[in-house]
Amino acid sequence: MISILRSIWLTFLHIFHKRETVEYPEVKPYLAPRYRGRIVLTRDPDRNERCVACYLCAAVCPVDCISLQAATGEKGRRHPEFFRINFSRCIFCGFCEEACPTNAIQLIPDFEMGEYIRQNLVYEKEHLLISGEGKYHGYNFYKHAGVAMGVKGKGEGDTEYKPVDVKDLMP
Amino acid sequence: MEMKVVNIRIDGKPYEAHEGKSLLDTALSLGLYIPHFCYHPALGSVGACRLCAVKKFRDTNDTRGRIVMSCMEPVVDGLIVSINDPDAKAFRAAVIESLMTNHPHDCPVCDEGGECHLQDMTVMSGHNYRRFDFRKRTHNDQYLGPFISHEMNRCIQCYRCVRFYRDYAGGRDFNVFATHNNVFFGRHEDGTLQNEFSGNLVEVCPTGVFTDKTFREHYTRKWDLSNAPSVCVHCSVGCNIIAGERYDTLRRIMNRYNGAVNGYFICDRGRFGYEFVNGKDRILSPRTRDSRDLEQAEMPADQVFTALEPLFSKDRKIMGIGSPRASLESNYALLRLVGEENFFHGISGKEQSLTRAALQFMQNSGIVVPSLKQVEKADAVIILGEDLTNTAPMMALAVRQAARNIQITEALAKGIPFWNDLPVRELAQDRKSPVYIATPVKDSLDDVAERSFRGTPAGISKLGFNISSVIKRQAIVPGDNDDEIRNLAEQIARTLLKAENPLVIAGITCLDGNVLNAGMSIASSLLSLNKKVMFIPVLPESNSMGLALMPGKSLDDAADTLSVQGTDTLIILENDLFRRADEDTVANMFGKSGRVVVLDYLNNPTARAADILLPATAFAESQGTIVNNEGRAQRYYKVLAAGEGIKESWQWLNQVSGIRSDNVPVSPGHFDDIVASMVTALPVFSAIKEYIPDADFRMLNAKVPRQTFRYSGRTAMNAHRAVSEKRVRQDPDSPLAFSMEGRRESPPSSLVPFYWTPGWNSVQAFYNYIDHPNGSMKGGDPGIRLIRQAERVNSGSFEMITGYFESEGDGWLIVPLYRVFGSEELSSAASSLRQLVDDPAILVNRRDAERLNVDDGDSVRLETSGKRLVVKVKIENSLVSGVAGLTVNLPGMNFVDLPASGEILKI
Repeated sequence: MISILRSIWLTFLHIFHKRETVEYPEVKPYLAPRYRGRIVLTRDPDRNERCVACYLCAAVCPVDCISLQAATGEKGRRHPEFFRINFSRCIFCGFCEEACPTNAIQLIPDFEMGEYIRQNLVYEKEHLLISGEGKYHGYNFYKHAGVAMGVKGKGEGDTEYKPVDVKDLMP
Repeated sequence: MEMKVVNIRIDGKPYEAHEGKSLLDTALSLGLYIPHFCYHPALGSVGACRLCAVKKFRDTNDTRGRIVMSCMEPVVDGLIVSINDPDAKAFRAAVIESLMTNHPHDCPVCDEGGECHLQDMTVMSGHNYRRFDFRKRTHNDQYLGPFISHEMNRCIQCYRCVRFYRDYAGGRDFNVFATHNNVFFGRHEDGTLQNEFSGNLVEVCPTGVFTDKTFREHYTRKWDLSNAPSVCVHCSVGCNIIAGERYDTLRRIMNRYNGAVNGYFICDRGRFGYEFVNGKDRILSPRTRDSRDLEQAEMPADQVFTALEPLFSKDRKIMGIGSPRASLESNYALLRLVGEENFFHGISGKEQSLTRAALQFMQNSGIVVPSLKQVEKADAVIILGEDLTNTAPMMALAVRQAARNIQITEALAKGIPFWNDLPVRELAQDRKSPVYIATPVKDSLDDVAERSFRGTPAGISKLGFNISSVIKRQAIVPGDNDDEIRNLAEQIARTLLKAENPLVIAGITCLDGNVLNAGMSIASSLLSLNKKVMFIPVLPESNSMGLALMPGKSLDDAADTLSVQGTDTLIILENDLFRRADEDTVANMFGKSGRVVVLDYLNNPTARAADILLPATAFAESQGTIVNNEGRAQRYYKVLAAGEGIKESWQWLNQVSGIRSDNVPVSPGHFDDIVASMVTALPVFSAIKEYIPDADFRMLNAKVPRQTFRYSGRTAMNAHRAVSEKRVRQDPDSPLAFSMEGRRESPPSSLVPFYWTPGWNSVQAFYNYIDHPNGSMKGGDPGIRLIRQAERVNSGSFEMITGYFESEGDGWLIVPLYRVFGSEELSSAASSLRQLVDDPAILVNRRDAERLNVDDGDSVRLETSGKRLVVKVKIENSLVSGVAGLTVNLPGMNFVDLPASGEILKI
């Protein structure tokens, strides 16, 4: 009997506590910048696609929901011909972002991706590619790589010597 | 080479090893990994990269030891070494770190990434993080042709490429330039690599300096490819290959090790000819036309059998033409459909009788038919009438190695191990084991030949018969007063008699019976002296030998039969008859046939002339068995999904057979059933059923997976079509699955779909699939020999046959010349290989050209065997006067029956 009255009393007291319920969607929760939500493909500081289609994100994906095809563009630049993420399979683990050597693929604090039709959860490159640099600023992979793919010529990088003259016999 | 087994200790554990081998080689075959770069099993050791350092101890009391290079250390009894010694480890880590200082930050865009020996070795040596923060040396790259990309920044100076290209494959247009840190591997200027084996640089290079340019067009990481063991269909040697698929297209061809056949290498035709499978020339749907003057129109798939039913009803007379490029199973399905008396081989009578003559000799004479590996071991070689580099490139490469045998013998006599590459070469200088070449025109192998003889097919056979007369101590062929031939014959005969493993290679592709007979005559005369002689013919196509083992008449017989009696239905299996017979003859054959049904995958003139055209599958989409020139039956498996409505030829034929027996089977039948039926009907093939695993084969209750464990994108690759995932493709015909699931470790050698073992992502993972470097695949090399050496020697005798062409009077003798790129039907439909196909040309020597008053590049009219064609002249001074070589079988060229006499007229 006493325990029942005690329970009623405790429940009654909760009327005066601070409310925990967030009135979503009217009230948006705070999401940290490193929150792992929707996946985007970003661009480098020169506004070119960062993705070089190295397939590492696809390889590391535990649910195998990333699929792409590399293509070689003008000046030999590597880029994905198509880039597809099946978000109905994605578990937002962020491995792809970790694996990406060019900071191209990034997870952003947006989780509002609900769809009535499951097919709409299949995102192609046009849905994934944003026009900015995302979370990581200033990095351009081709400035650091040894290949000449239109960004810098052979030996023009900061950490490179001029190309070797093979006819030079000087020590 | 017999080797003594001795006891050695590695890291405190006792092992048995072969004395005289290198320590690195021994460790790798024991499954102990020592990182290395410059060593390659086929190229031997040079000790250049310093990565394979281990510690060697004088005896058990020695605790200090000293660092040695394991690739340069011969195994001796009581050898004590340590691979895991801290000093050795630190040494290796330092070496790789310094090699990596100049290596660029390229892996994400490098085609080698994920199958890179450098990546593997870096990880294996424990260099995980770069400390080098300074500037790197860079190089400008070169254009090396349509096959190979060049990215010199990535080079780690192991010298494997130049050792393969120059020393192993005999290339001249590639070398190493500059000094110290600037060392550069490439050509003296931009341009296409001239060697026919340049594609192997892709696999030989431990990093991404040389990568496959055709693969780059549709690049996929190794882990994403779905692979199947396959067999090259571009010549009669039957090299083993790995075919890789992604998103329903064939992505690339890599070498698959077969210790008895191709070893570590394949030729460029085999590696880059695959593109025809993805090409625009494919037949993708059934087509039909109601009458011959209409164009073919597409036919809905469900109407095909309605259309075929009246053509194959019991009362219809049918005739079938098989193909030397179709599998045994497809040819047999046709044979079973039409019956033995109506089955024709689809090759000319001349080609058929030559192939059969060679086959009979191989079966009955008691001669040793060598595998390619044994060809490499020959100590004297004579090649008659065969331009190996252009007709069977890998055999040319094997002969090139045979020419080195004397170097190895000399080195061993001086106590230098055979694998110690540089001293072996230094010691022998230019001395070579004797190779004699008798061909109409200069040959890429001439540089290893002791003597090259240039002559007409008649001259070549005269030389051959003279050799055999000298061997048998008989009089020289009467009526021949040519001193040059006689002297050369004596020299060659003496050499062959002196040799322990002489080898005779005789040509069939020169299409002259006397040349083949001369070759068999030399072999049989050596055989009659109880010499251990080997004989191997070169055949025109991938399954020529398989077809020769089947009953059936030739295409000429088919033409004759048709012109006399005609037929209601003519069915042609994967064969472009316009490449094999005169246009008029083929037109006549079609004219005498009520309806012509063609099964093929490339839209060739025969396919275009069909009344009903059924789309068949190319090698990558089918399963089948083909027999190479030594009589080795090997099976290839599907890797690609065939498009809607496309079936394998044997499946089509199986279903058509149903019509014949009034009951069209719903399913196309099972592969093993057709093999079983073939083996019962033709017992010569019975070994196939015994030795090649059938579809029921399982490893731990699972099929062998075609995909790697890291295969990616399964839930996304088809999501754009439908988000719900379909069941994976089933393959009821084979013991392989289109899946990642199943056991990968040590499948039977013929079912190895790719090389991968933990820590070994590159092609060098093959160490774990072979019993020892340069040995056999674990469990025996794939394939089974159908031709056994006859127990009793029955050498027989061969005579010069009259009736074959002899050069006469003022006319020209036109001989066929084959081109490695272009003369083979399938590979010339590959877009990048097509870039290297030259226009048809007629080759004459300078004096003859002057006589004709023409110069290089001028057009002439050639009239031969009732044909007129306009071709460009090319000056080739190695041809003898009066002989002109016509490049044959090039795309778009009409059939010309050669060798024949002809007229060349200036226009």
